[in-house]
Amino acid sequence: MRKWIAGITLALSLGSFAFAEEPAKTTAAPGAPVAVSAPAAASAPAATAPAATTDAAKAATPAPAPEGKKLKANPMVTIPIFLIIIAVTMSVVVWSAKRTKSAADFYTAGGGITGTQNGWAIAGDYMSAASFLGISGIISLYGYDGFMYSVGWLVAYITVLLIVAEPCRNAGKYTLGDILSFRTEPKPVRAVAALSTVTVSTFYLTAQMVGAGKLMQLLIGIPYKFAIIGVGILMVGYVVFGGMTATTWVQIIKAGLLMSGAFLLSILVAAKSGFSPFQFFNDIATSSNIIEHVQKTVLKDPIAVAGFDYGQRFLEPGLFLKQPLDQISLGMALVLGTAGMPHILMRFFTVPTAQAARKSVIVAMFIIGFFYILTTLLGFGAALHVTPQAVSKVGKGGNMAAMMLAQQLGGDISPFIGDLLLAFLCAVAFATILAVVSGLVLAASAAIAHDIYVNVIKDGHADQHEQVMAARVTSLCVGAAGIVIGIAAENQNVAHLVALAFAVASSGNLPVVVMSLFWRKMNTAGVISGLVVGTVAAIALVMVSPNMTYPKKIAADAQKVVTVLEKKQADGAVLTEKEMKDLDKARADYEKNKDGKSMLGLDKPLFALKNPGIISIPLGFIAAIVGCLAFPSRRAEEMFDEIYVRQNTGIGMAKAIDH
Amino acid sequence: MAEKQYDWGAIAKNPKFVELHRKKTTFLVGWWVFSTVFYFLLPIGAAYAPSLFKIKVLGRINFGYLFALSQFFVSWGIAMYYAHVANKDFDRLTRELVEELK
Repeated sequence: MRKWIAGITLALSLGSFAFAEEPAKTTAAPGAPVAVSAPAAASAPAATAPAATTDAAKAATPAPAPEGKKLKANPMVTIPIFLIIIAVTMSVVVWSAKRTKSAADFYTAGGGITGTQNGWAIAGDYMSAASFLGISGIISLYGYDGFMYSVGWLVAYITVLLIVAEPCRNAGKYTLGDILSFRTEPKPVRAVAALSTVTVSTFYLTAQMVGAGKLMQLLIGIPYKFAIIGVGILMVGYVVFGGMTATTWVQIIKAGLLMSGAFLLSILVAAKSGFSPFQFFNDIATSSNIIEHVQKTVLKDPIAVAGFDYGQRFLEPGLFLKQPLDQISLGMALVLGTAGMPHILMRFFTVPTAQAARKSVIVAMFIIGFFYILTTLLGFGAALHVTPQAVSKVGKGGNMAAMMLAQQLGGDISPFIGDLLLAFLCAVAFATILAVVSGLVLAASAAIAHDIYVNVIKDGHADQHEQVMAARVTSLCVGAAGIVIGIAAENQNVAHLVALAFAVASSGNLPVVVMSLFWRKMNTAGVISGLVVGTVAAIALVMVSPNMTYPKKIAADAQKVVTVLEKKQADGAVLTEKEMKDLDKARADYEKNKDGKSMLGLDKPLFALKNPGIISIPLGFIAAIVGCLAFPSRRAEEMFDEIYVRQNTGIGMAKAIDH
Repeated sequence: MAEKQYDWGAIAKNPKFVELHRKKTTFLVGWWVFSTVFYFLLPIGAAYAPSLFKIKVLGRINFGYLFALSQFFVSWGIAMYYAHVANKDFDRLTRELVEELK
């Protein structure tokens, strides 16, 4: 059976390799790089694609910034680095595949991960490419608000540390369903818990996959589909063969790479200001590019207000986050949602004791916190040395700020170092994506295989071999589904999906996890109503929120542009070529969107906030409480002593590891 | 799976366990509430007291920046303090309780 899976994966990867080779043969320009060697290529479809199709893709996809400077990684440097990462992670997979024999090995690495290792893995699981590139980008364009935004991602771990980490280690086994079904009717609770895990993971995975495709497309010029297929195959390979052990090590390697990349770049930034924070902030506040950017682009003052310090304004709040309620709502989703994320909860089952779980959160908090502080340096550094004007021309929302900074600061030393640093950061982003998606696939597969297949369908009667087999087949299916969804969602608006994942985790999962561990009256009805109401409320609120695309709004904006430009024309001014293009585009946009409706047939958002947490989290708690009180269960109350003693002390935990 | 059967109700009433969970509950709830309140002061303050956040403290570095930075150190501080108390008190009580049950 194992050979059977190996065969399928091999066939898939070879198939995509051949697929990726095709356009290269037909369209490669004469000077196409020839760095691909056959043996490496066969095992590494993701990396061969960039080499083979770089030129073809550059010609086929419109350049991201027609009039701005281009960000292009040098394939001669990037591909070897990618190949090294793939080779190292693949050898980890081979090594861990040998050690993965039982279900516990597959889901929790046999509980044999140390606290420090798990801490690095949690950090690797958590810090996505979006937070690395996105936050440094927001800082480079809007200054202080980007930094403020990053704080919540660390503070979230206080909840993880104090409330869920150790109890979950003591009372859990492989999945969220294990904790929730402890003193409830196992079948319905496991089914609902698995459904919720798959929902959260799918939202998060889709956002990551689409981001990965776009990023790889922009950075190394491979077509979107190949990027998704390449990332997908690697991710399936890690999880199917190496299970939790391989996933953990991929995450550790990624966290190490990410930290060293961020650290190196921060040193270069700090060196530019003589390692003095005062000098650094002074440089920012007096940079003429930043002053111009804040005045004209952000605050939209056509003429500078006399005496107003636009440079200092960059260091003050309110340029990006203009909706305080939304901000608070997001904060709630982060602080409570991180502790309800199935792929994060699952990491606590990989360590042997509660002490190790505690240590792992603390290690993770130091890594994550340090990383976000470095991100500030990168974001401000990019504003200072790359300039906000250049950053906003390449990549939406300043996503490429850190990459451009790497190329610039390295290039100041020598052009080759610039290429090398950029290539290294591309590789870091690549490793980051792989680590995050692998963790998600593993969490979703565990929910389906362990909760639904083994415990609901087979009533818990499955031997080790069958359990591992089920887990592998499920991971393969989940991974394949991830690839398909990733490709299908290419042109969808996925920005809201990460917020949605946190909203569902905080409104659906967290209330029932906490009450299962700490509240005597919690029972089956409570778990089910809490999970269902919290999840549905979060999703429904996002569906009617400003996150969705509202064609009438686009049409209205286009209409405004048309009015302004037509007025200018009527006044006798001659429009520039760019303005003419804008006018045509706005007219087309207006025509296309004026009768459109959002996915739910709305003209405008019903709910004003982008983050539903502030409403959906209380709803999740209330639904769980009402459910319990409406259908009290004597058995669940009687079993409270057991789970409460277990989660506090770890007594009886050996049983949880053994079977 | 020949497991030792525990009388969970009895353990729950054991004075050592009662002491452990009282201490833990007070500590955990208290510090969780503190950290959450402290965190939400940041977005609330930035939105409703921007003039406070603009006060320059050290050269160009303003209060808002230092306050955001302090969030990191406060979080780390709570984490370290919790580890200290848990390693010292909670783990000791747990060990004593487990010993007693043998």
